[in-house]
Amino acid sequence: MKFIAKDLIKLNVDVADAVEAIKVAGQLLVRSGATDDSYVNAMVQSYEENGPYIVLAPGIALPHARPEDGVKEAAVSLVQLKEPITFGHTTNDPVRLVLALASSSSEEHLQLLQRLSGLMGDQDKVRQIIQATTPEDLQTLLEGLR
Amino acid sequence: MKILAVCGLGQGTSLILRMNVENVVKELELEADVEHTDVSSASGMPADYIITSAELAESLTGHEGTVVIVNNYFDTNEIKAALSEALHS
Repeated sequence: MKFIAKDLIKLNVDVADAVEAIKVAGQLLVRSGATDDSYVNAMVQSYEENGPYIVLAPGIALPHARPEDGVKEAAVSLVQLKEPITFGHTTNDPVRLVLALASSSSEEHLQLLQRLSGLMGDQDKVRQIIQATTPEDLQTLLEGLR
Repeated sequence: MKILAVCGLGQGTSLILRMNVENVVKELELEADVEHTDVSSASGMPADYIITSAELAESLTGHEGTVVIVNNYFDTNEIKAALSEALHS
């Protein structure tokens, strides 16, 4: 299980639109070995089919696909966007953070979601993550959650 | 009482929602069975309440259960308020 480890973080990312933002977060999963390339496309496809509901909280998008779409290990990556991006959500736009979730069907998946839920439910922490300027800042914020 | 937590795929998002709904159910001291599923399966599943986002609620308008809309899936206070309101209306 890889929960926003150092190689799964990218800060101050400049993207043109929601799809590009999902792809950047997805590539982090691929590079860390958590998923195949196919998973990135599956996340984009899911966003295009099911719409912007993945913007689960104000400013936070959580793209994901199915375990069988190419997940090797449960993981979460984090992309902090340079400029807020519109995903099309009625109340939670614009998006500042994209957390790509590699879902697996294992027990690890549940643990991962619990950590993620704990982190995203803490609005002070979310605000600090949006404002973090270095990976080290972010590591400090995430300590105790891993 | 049966509550469904619904998202597009039935994988990550609805599971997060379900965990948060379960916490709320405990806090409100309700007797409820909470399950999670994807939006297309939900249409055919019996439930008293369906908790989901406004984006997905449109696909569930034909369901016999009461659809409860939540904007922030991580905000247990919002889930609690939305569910309480649905229970008392």
